[in-house]
Amino acid sequence: MTTTLHAEWTKVRTVGGLGWLLLAAAVLTAGVSAAVVVATKYSPVSPQDTTKLALTGVDLGQAVIAILAVLIITGEYSTGMIRVTLAAMPRRPLVLAAKAAWVTALALAAGTVAVLACLLAARLVLPGNGFTPGHGYPLLSLAHGATLRAAVGSVLYLALIALLSLGVATAVRDSAVAIGVVLALLYLFPIVAQVAAPRWQHDLMQIGPMTAGLSIQATTHLRSLAIGPWAGLGVLAAWAAGALLAGGLVLRLRDA
Amino acid sequence: MTATTEAYRSRLPAGHDGFGQILRAEWTKFWTVRGWIIGLVVSVLLTALISVLTSLAQHSGSCVGPNPSQLTCTTGHPYVPTGPGGEAVADSFYFVHHPLTGNGSITARVTSLTGVASTSGNTSSPGSSPLSSTKANLAPWAKAGLIIKQSLHQGSAYAAVMTTGAHGVRMQYNYLHDAPGLAGRVSAAAPRWLRLTRSGDTLTGYDSLNGTRWSKIGTVRLPGLHATVQAGLFATSPVSFQGSSGGYTTMATGVFDHVSGGGTAWRGLNLGTSSMYPTLAPGRYQQSGGAFTLSGSGDIAPDVGGGIFGGDTLHNSLVGGLIGLIVLIVVATLYITAEYRRGLIRVTLTASPRRGRVLAAKAIVIGLVAFVTGLVATAISIPISQHLLTHNGNYLLPVSALTDLRVVVGTAALLAVAAVAVLALGTVLRRSAGAVTAGILLFVLPYILANAVPASGQWLMRLTPAAAFAIQQTIPAYPQVSNSYNVANGFYPLSVWAGFAVLCVWAALALGLALVVLRRRDA
Repeated sequence: MTTTLHAEWTKVRTVGGLGWLLLAAAVLTAGVSAAVVVATKYSPVSPQDTTKLALTGVDLGQAVIAILAVLIITGEYSTGMIRVTLAAMPRRPLVLAAKAAWVTALALAAGTVAVLACLLAARLVLPGNGFTPGHGYPLLSLAHGATLRAAVGSVLYLALIALLSLGVATAVRDSAVAIGVVLALLYLFPIVAQVAAPRWQHDLMQIGPMTAGLSIQATTHLRSLAIGPWAGLGVLAAWAAGALLAGGLVLRLRDA
Repeated sequence: MTATTEAYRSRLPAGHDGFGQILRAEWTKFWTVRGWIIGLVVSVLLTALISVLTSLAQHSGSCVGPNPSQLTCTTGHPYVPTGPGGEAVADSFYFVHHPLTGNGSITARVTSLTGVASTSGNTSSPGSSPLSSTKANLAPWAKAGLIIKQSLHQGSAYAAVMTTGAHGVRMQYNYLHDAPGLAGRVSAAAPRWLRLTRSGDTLTGYDSLNGTRWSKIGTVRLPGLHATVQAGLFATSPVSFQGSSGGYTTMATGVFDHVSGGGTAWRGLNLGTSSMYPTLAPGRYQQSGGAFTLSGSGDIAPDVGGGIFGGDTLHNSLVGGLIGLIVLIVVATLYITAEYRRGLIRVTLTASPRRGRVLAAKAIVIGLVAFVTGLVATAISIPISQHLLTHNGNYLLPVSALTDLRVVVGTAALLAVAAVAVLALGTVLRRSAGAVTAGILLFVLPYILANAVPASGQWLMRLTPAAAFAIQQTIPAYPQVSNSYNVANGFYPLSVWAGFAVLCVWAALALGLALVVLRRRDA
């Protein structure tokens, strides 16, 4: 296992543009959050969940994490490296497990930096936009239980997105198709839920990997959510597990 | 003696390298990849599937009863009047009227306009919520004034001068048209005099602060006006969206005096209480001495559909186009990046060294393919949704055939230009993952953010290629109609063609960059 991990780490760290992708994930997440936070002004008639607002950038950052996870496996297929890999390490599920471990580690690292930057930006900007303790908005702080849950949950969310993407990419083997499938899975649920008939909206929000997973970011009005924060993250975890299982089966059954 | 050797010349006729040949070569490269053709079919099927999903479970009906456990429900939608131009309108107000034959004039002074708003959430039409659950709140577009109307039928032609809650004196006619008069709010200290004059087909509205110095607001022609029309006082108050995205019903009360013109045979009438437009409660009127007090709820305006108003547009079903777009983005990217991955690009560029032409041929092929796919997908989806929605008793706002055509062809054109832009992006990046992600994010993310964080999202819908979705808007936004005009309800911040132009500019920039990069770089 150690040698498999080591071999995979060598391949992962030499993926073209890995550093740029990690940087882009963190910068885009924090950048979008900062822009949204700067553009949102306090208004007594439209109350805001400031923690959720501060983490809006995750909507975009997850796409970069997805690219990263997809490239780690499809790069091997496009160059034919996969045949060498599987010849050297014939226990195929182990190879996928090692890749999953590294992709999770990278997503956790980039996610932690990104989420902390988001919260810091919000903490600095929001009071200036009228979100003051006087208006019922205490300063964002990780000491606050719900905020901590949203922050930790967002980092875990990004790691699960990476695993979901890895699973899909292992199954379809082509980077363009894989990223298309992953992004369609993520973004179509919230859009279709908006326009679907009211009695289906709730169900769509509950089963969508993004809509359910991001409920972890909510800190207020938890009762009005389609699904609870941890249950929602659980739905995403189920998606990720399903994708990895499908990818693992395909990897095991099919010629490389 | 020198032997002359002649250079070898192939006997085969020289090949042509005209643009037609390149186009044919690129077309062959496209249609021979089975996965891409399957992708296009999937894109059409998914688009149609989403349309079905969004229309299938939409049932229209109304439930009335003394309490939530004893409701009697009926399916089908209430009556929706159509205006002189065939558009759906709201025509619900309290009307104190008398017949006016031939030319004539009506004058009155408005001394007060007050209002209440429902606090019991959204009331669905028809019916009314009890007046007890209201609070004082004058809707900005609450109206009280004078009106001359073709007949007592809803949707008939009219012209009116009125005082409003927050928009001063207005002159409006035939539902769609609105012009400003005196500014400021009406009160006992600052009353407004109004006058409406008929002369043949022409109606003229005047306003005044004192009843002696009159100024003209506007003159309108209502062709085909009957010899005898209904003239009188009216009050109404529309659904308001102040501090609420869902809207709530309101009711306004106007007090008139110095009413002149038209004798004394006044009759009160609640017009449109059972139509689709939601009202707070039935209107009423009382007359004491020379003073008339009218209360009314409803609106005299175009119907903009959606939400509390009840009417549907096909906007929801068109969201299916987004999944079609995602599939096309993947195919358009692969159309160029697959050449780089397989090394085919070197053969392509050796065979036709004029690289700009190769890019042009590829753009034409993928553009046409996307256009046809979009056309088929939309042309299938729209009739399916129309059928399902009307079959389930929903009311579809009528739009002209030209608008329907614009939506179908426009959506196809949107997909075509988007595919060309993504092809250019793929040429620049040469990597599938980056190009596909950028393409999807630029179109889809603004759509999500426009609803999640409206303040910044509306700007994204102006600046990003997603602005082109404005081509799917069928009902215009009217400044004189209060509504939440947002993307979720089918209203875009840019006009139809301006939005499409934004996408075209993006596509042109991407193509230009791709051309420069393709010419300069080794393949």
